[in-house]
Amino acid sequence: MVVKTIPEIPVKKGEPPYKLWMFEPGEKKEFPLVFNLRQLAEQRRPALIPGHRLCAGCAAPIVVKLASFAFRGPTVVVNATGCLEVSTTIYPYTSWAVPWIHNAFENAAATGSGIEAAIKALKKTGRLKYEHVDVVVFAGDGGTYDIGIQALSGMAERGHDVLYILYDNEAYMNTGIQRSGGTPKFAWTTTSPVGSVLPGKGEHKKPIADIMVAHRIPYVATATPAHWMDLIKKVRKGIEVNGPAFIHALSSCNRGWRHEEGISIEILRRAVDTCYFPLWEWTPETGYLLTDRSLVIARNPSLKQPIDKFLEVQGRFRHLLRPENKELLKQLQDYVDAVWEDLLKRASNAPR
Amino acid sequence: MATLRSWREIPHGGVAFRLSTDVKTGDWRALRPVIDQSKCTKCMICWLFCPDMSIIWDGEKVFVNYDYCKGCGICAHECPVKAITMVPEVGE
Repeated sequence: MVVKTIPEIPVKKGEPPYKLWMFEPGEKKEFPLVFNLRQLAEQRRPALIPGHRLCAGCAAPIVVKLASFAFRGPTVVVNATGCLEVSTTIYPYTSWAVPWIHNAFENAAATGSGIEAAIKALKKTGRLKYEHVDVVVFAGDGGTYDIGIQALSGMAERGHDVLYILYDNEAYMNTGIQRSGGTPKFAWTTTSPVGSVLPGKGEHKKPIADIMVAHRIPYVATATPAHWMDLIKKVRKGIEVNGPAFIHALSSCNRGWRHEEGISIEILRRAVDTCYFPLWEWTPETGYLLTDRSLVIARNPSLKQPIDKFLEVQGRFRHLLRPENKELLKQLQDYVDAVWEDLLKRASNAPR
Repeated sequence: MATLRSWREIPHGGVAFRLSTDVKTGDWRALRPVIDQSKCTKCMICWLFCPDMSIIWDGEKVFVNYDYCKGCGICAHECPVKAITMVPEVGE
């Protein structure tokens, strides 16, 4: 038997440690936003490189990829434990073309805060070559809604200049589809099974973005990778803002949502079309502003589709489409409508 | 015999030091995306939404890097001109 020893870290003095970087070490220019896709493909590299072990059809790498096109310069990425962390950095391989750190499940925001404080200290003493180094946190819904909310709330309260991107696949998909605070009502998960006793999860989704709005941090937004231009713009706004920013990105999971792999993006488009997941941004100056497709729907309510359109392609909501569960479907529709009406009342650019 | 080491001597934590491009995830694939170059309008939507970064733009045409493509079919579903078809992998 051949015993393979762990290869030595291929770092030679004077040479960069990796062959592939999103930003070459020492690069100082600020990158502009590019929306022409061909130019984008020629000029920018994504933060993830191929070879990561996320499932086929997962939307999380698309969120990361699109977000990384909005990075303006040197960026440090912090990861909470979750699908994205465990499958992009299986030892000794890494899929990240940016400096990356993972600490523990609950403290992604606290780790980001510490890095931001260290950057500030290095800048004060003149030891940092760069004008600005941005800190971006990628965390899943378990690491944000349930386990990481105290660290996130603390980061927002202390006012660290960190962008926190939540990719929300609405359950603990990594450990086997357990319910989380982000799971919507009546969704099937392994800990809220559907049967004669329970119709899926009994509680509604926690309004995490509104919780962050209540902290009155400089920038809060919701986004989906299906509306890619909107997502890129929002990430750039969140990075440029001086203070904490929070972006809630819906990300489909074909294993947990029980849909086909190819329709990951289509399903997110339907989530916005049915107003299940409205797109908006919030700043203390402007208040709530609807963006992209949600603004179109607010101006032309006939484009709003019934919630069935979103549910019918997902196996986790299959029981809601049975005739005996019509009452539950109506309950969910009423809840989605109530949240949407509430948002329309608050949004300053919605027609009245 | 192990001796106690100070915090200056212990490692900084696990460092992942090799690129994941060594791992060819293409062998997960059951369906293979094939691009019909005559239909392709080079809109780059497939490149944008590819989760595996396996659609390559070389300045003239779009092609798929089958070393890493997991065959999820997002590109085929999102293609506005339906230039990508998913063909079952057969043989080896």
